[in-house]
Amino acid sequence: MALKIVKGSIDRMFDKNLQDLVRGIRNHKEDEAKYISTCIDEIKQELKQDNIAVKANAVCKLTYLQMLGYDVSWAAFNIVEVMSSSKFTYKRIGYLAASQCFHESTDVIMLTTNQIRKDLSSPNQYDTGVALTGLSCFVTPDLARDLANDIMTLMSHTKPYIRKKAVLIMYKVFLKYPESLRPAFPRLKEKLEDPDPGVQSAAVNVICELARRNPKNYLSLAPLFFKLMTSSTNNWVLIKIIKLFGALTPLEPRLGKKLIEPLTNLIHSTSAMSLLYECVNTVIAVLISLSSGMPNHSASIQVSFSRHAHTFSLKYLGLLAMSKILKTHPKSVQSHKDLILQCLDDKDESIRLRALDLLYGMVSKKNLMEIVKKLMLHVDKAEGTTYRDELLTKIIDICSQSNYQYITNFEWYISILVELTRLEGTRHGHLIASQMLDVAIRVKAIRAFAVAQMATLLDNAHLLTGNTQRNGICEVLYAAAWICGEFSEHLEEPMVTLEAMLRPKVATLPGHIQAVYVQNAAKLFATVLRGHEGVPADSMVAQETSQLLIDRLPLFVQSSNLEVQERASCILQLVKYIQKLQQKDVEVAEEVTALFAGELNPVAPKAQKKVPVPEGLDLDVWINEPPSGSESEDEGRKSKGKAVFAKEESRHTKPRYTEVDEKELAKRREVRKAEQANNPFYIKASPSSQKVRRDGVGVEHIPVVQIDLSVPLKVPGMPMSDQYVKLEEERRERNKADKKKKKDKKKREKGEKGRRRRGDSGPESEEDITPAHMVDIVTEEMPEVGIYTWSLPHWTFSLPLSESTARHLNPCLFPSQKSSTHKKKKQKKEKKKKKHHHNHSDGAGDESVQNGTVEEEEPLPVSNQSPFTLSINPCPLCQIPVCDIQGNLQDGSQVVVSVIFENKCDSFIKSMEFNVLDSLNSKLQRPDGAGPHDGLIVPFQLPPGISNEARFIFSVQNIVMPQKLKGTLTFIVKTDDSSTHEKLDFKLHFTCTSYLITTPCYSDAYSKLLESGDLKGCSLKLEGVNQPFHHLLARICFHHHFSVVERIDSCASMYSRSIQGHHMCLLVKTADQTVSIDAKCDEPGLLGNVLDEIKLTFSQC
Amino acid sequence: MIKAILIFNNHGKPRLIRFYEYFAEDVQQQIIRETFHLVSKRDDNVCNFLEGGSLIGGSDYKLIYRHYATLYFVFCVDSSESELGILDLIQVFVETLDKCFENVCELDLIFHMDKVHFILQEVVMGGMVLETNMNEIVGQVELQNRMEKSEGGFSAAPARAVSAVKNINLPEMPRNINIGDINIKVPSLSPF
Repeated sequence: MALKIVKGSIDRMFDKNLQDLVRGIRNHKEDEAKYISTCIDEIKQELKQDNIAVKANAVCKLTYLQMLGYDVSWAAFNIVEVMSSSKFTYKRIGYLAASQCFHESTDVIMLTTNQIRKDLSSPNQYDTGVALTGLSCFVTPDLARDLANDIMTLMSHTKPYIRKKAVLIMYKVFLKYPESLRPAFPRLKEKLEDPDPGVQSAAVNVICELARRNPKNYLSLAPLFFKLMTSSTNNWVLIKIIKLFGALTPLEPRLGKKLIEPLTNLIHSTSAMSLLYECVNTVIAVLISLSSGMPNHSASIQVSFSRHAHTFSLKYLGLLAMSKILKTHPKSVQSHKDLILQCLDDKDESIRLRALDLLYGMVSKKNLMEIVKKLMLHVDKAEGTTYRDELLTKIIDICSQSNYQYITNFEWYISILVELTRLEGTRHGHLIASQMLDVAIRVKAIRAFAVAQMATLLDNAHLLTGNTQRNGICEVLYAAAWICGEFSEHLEEPMVTLEAMLRPKVATLPGHIQAVYVQNAAKLFATVLRGHEGVPADSMVAQETSQLLIDRLPLFVQSSNLEVQERASCILQLVKYIQKLQQKDVEVAEEVTALFAGELNPVAPKAQKKVPVPEGLDLDVWINEPPSGSESEDEGRKSKGKAVFAKEESRHTKPRYTEVDEKELAKRREVRKAEQANNPFYIKASPSSQKVRRDGVGVEHIPVVQIDLSVPLKVPGMPMSDQYVKLEEERRERNKADKKKKKDKKKREKGEKGRRRRGDSGPESEEDITPAHMVDIVTEEMPEVGIYTWSLPHWTFSLPLSESTARHLNPCLFPSQKSSTHKKKKQKKEKKKKKHHHNHSDGAGDESVQNGTVEEEEPLPVSNQSPFTLSINPCPLCQIPVCDIQGNLQDGSQVVVSVIFENKCDSFIKSMEFNVLDSLNSKLQRPDGAGPHDGLIVPFQLPPGISNEARFIFSVQNIVMPQKLKGTLTFIVKTDDSSTHEKLDFKLHFTCTSYLITTPCYSDAYSKLLESGDLKGCSLKLEGVNQPFHHLLARICFHHHFSVVERIDSCASMYSRSIQGHHMCLLVKTADQTVSIDAKCDEPGLLGNVLDEIKLTFSQC
Repeated sequence: MIKAILIFNNHGKPRLIRFYEYFAEDVQQQIIRETFHLVSKRDDNVCNFLEGGSLIGGSDYKLIYRHYATLYFVFCVDSSESELGILDLIQVFVETLDKCFENVCELDLIFHMDKVHFILQEVVMGGMVLETNMNEIVGQVELQNRMEKSEGGFSAAPARAVSAVKNINLPEMPRNINIGDINIKVPSLSPF
């Protein structure tokens, strides 16, 4: 035994320690991998020994190797062994190794639970500390669950060193084992006020991390944090708290007001830049949330920003903060334009990118040209393609934002685009191309200029395509060719351009560009013909052109790209034919031009949506039988050989769905048209657009604003965007002068009065700058197929009614709380009324915001109000306890019925039991363990003349049908000398209406809903209704829980939603005593029943 | 939360890595390489923040680094941390190293990676900042070292002697190590 120990220590003599290993690795630079593999072999030997010191040494070396990228997970068990050593020295090494290489799927972790628990409760605080540190790195859900309690106790350890570690690790435990949060939270909160600053800081850290995930829940801690903020001197804690407040202020505006003062104090007193910065950041957040009082404080922000700007490293953060301000207060950032432009010159890419981001929000009509000019300079200077590409996209973004809102001169923009094509190796050729197309199509006035530019571009195409690596940019040629072809009438020398487009070099371009070339060459050809025909001297030119095409096109016919080939051969044949005609002196120009007549118009991406899906067409249904399944089966059979014919036969017998003859189709079309004509929900094409479509040319009907061309449209030579900047300035000067003149004139006319009108406006305001060109805004509403014509704002819906009725009419417009109390009183007066409708809402009414403020997709603030009706059979025996029924809807399957029991007799009523006979569809929810026929005990007694309310929950499955539930109420009537058992039968009437919830709806969401086509229609006619239309609407709103979406004259659209989310739309029209209601709903059954109920309502009045 | 702390030298050789989220070893190495690539090409007089490498983090994460003599100290943090606060924290960490090693230089980190880890453990725990007070950190580290010594130490006297004996038999043992043992100069910055 002794010998063994001696042997062990002798062995140990020759073991390498960590330093030896490092030294060795450094000495074996050439064969590092080999050396390390021998070392690992040694380590494996060492790990096999019993001596814990040797093992610890080996594990220590492994930790080093792990850093170098070697997988050491194979030693996991040995690490656990070292962790469980009783000596702190080894334990620490073990835990370090574990924290570096253990993770959730390390299986030996589950062996460590008891060891860790033992270490956590060790009398030595450093054992505990080491265990906590290690655990914080490899805690698993299992470990968290098993050790949560031990760590909780450590949170109130006597040593602050342990307390702070225990507090901090709780966050990790919460992450892995969320259930522990609730029990641990009070103690965590307590630790915010721990006497030790370290523990305090740890608690703040944890709560800040928690609050980041869900700030709302931690609002209640705000006062505590506020106290800490004013008392703490630990900058780290302050930073954390201030950051947390930054997250909380948007949720609680009142907090912001309180914060401003202490924050400004800190800003002025602290010397730590980090704290200062976070203060400023939070002040910004506060100001944004307050969005008032800006003028006072913007100064302080600017001050601090300029302080930032002094230190280069803080520029970045300053810019970051600016972008936050920019969102809400662009004006105050715009004044720093120069500073931001300077940042573009910064050599640091992080800063440049931030500055670019800011510029996007800063442009205006005034400074766009200037800013873009600066950016263009940077484009030229920029090395590094990524940054340059970023610049390019930013330039285009800035210019094109909100429909080219800031561009006043499109010639300038076109020349900018053309200049951008000279960039080498950009990836964004496509982007430039699409901009060129967009501008040329939408800004009509610019076409001539654009075409001239594009022609030059085509002529110089070799410059763009010279280098094969510069592929990206040749996309531009796509746009250029198309613009030249499409608007060829603006070309001065179509022949030249045509020639340029048919150069052999073109064949090296990508296929899709070649295709455009070929197609547009044909358009140009047509233009050339038209230009030259008729004049005898020019007929030669026309013939030459044909010859040119015939010579050059075969090149494209041979193209490997199908598209190019097809177009080329098609056009080649056409030209050959034309040539023949030309030789016979036949005039062909007209016909050729007719090939390309008409203008191609941009179609908004969503235009398809405006085309209504015809009635009865379900786009999701297969037109033919889906081919799946049978095919694989087929193959299986075919492989067997014999079954082939049998299969064939069966296939023939299949009905052919596709074969519908022409007549049938025409008939269907007629039916559909008739249906559409009568259907009020069908979005009809307005007559004008119909005509437009028939004519096939819609361009004339697109409103294009005529331009005041105060700028000469032509700039000689190649475009240089700088020229435009100058021109623009001149133009503005002129405009200004004009205006001044006018003003002077007015002044003279108006004499004294004129003086008071906005003096001399100083720097020109935004409105003064009139754009030189107008953009056709063709985005969404481009093809005006038909938009909902009722566009009355909702607020104009006013009624000359008494206040109370108005409230009932549209509960959403008024806080319904009031109306409910109001009604209650009224109802009590009207005793024994059979049917009670009662808007009951406890505070929920506050939530039911005004109509139209909520998007439809979002979960609507359900105003839980839907009256139920209860018909009571008057009890003959007893002075009746009157029941008011109120319904409260919670979710799709549960209905809450509130019953008010009122004791109308002179006796004491007790032991009430409420019971309902369940139907298949609706069940009274009874407590667990109760039988299906047991009654529910009403939890109160009623002295005479007293009323009280009880609630019962019903689960409802199907809301399509109305239903009546029979129920009984048993109770004991106690008089002075006797008590009698009484019974009262009643019926609960669940109408379909009562499943509807008054839900506000936006008119556009409403029209979208109708367009979606999921809704089935149904209609209703009411004769002889002679009440004013608004009364009628009020009635529907009140009794049937609809809300008015829009109303125009004697026509109104209404909306409601069922508790299960069915949409229900009504269109109510009235004309001399006849009311027609067209309704749509995605659940026809429900719709029918609701309509019946509406009918009933009106028949009763 | 701090997601990772990396220390590497001017050539990208890792001197300490500490991930607070699991990554496999090869991914760790890749992250180190990528981070080094991003950081090393930046001048010393540009800002200390970098937005996201692709491997670690994503848009919410930032790299915050400081460059001292031959070493880069890089912290990868999410948006809950204050950028400047972390910069100060790096300073605190380095100053602490300086105190514990007495004029710390790269060699100290190379040969005593374990000790650097133990110091770091007193500053950051599981990705969250444990202590920012330097005296407190140094005090705790020293107490623990004292305890280790009282236990006979990991590299206690007998082992040293043995190691000396061993070295006699190793003629290739380098007499001087030629790496730049420039001290990490800790500039005096605003106190945390």
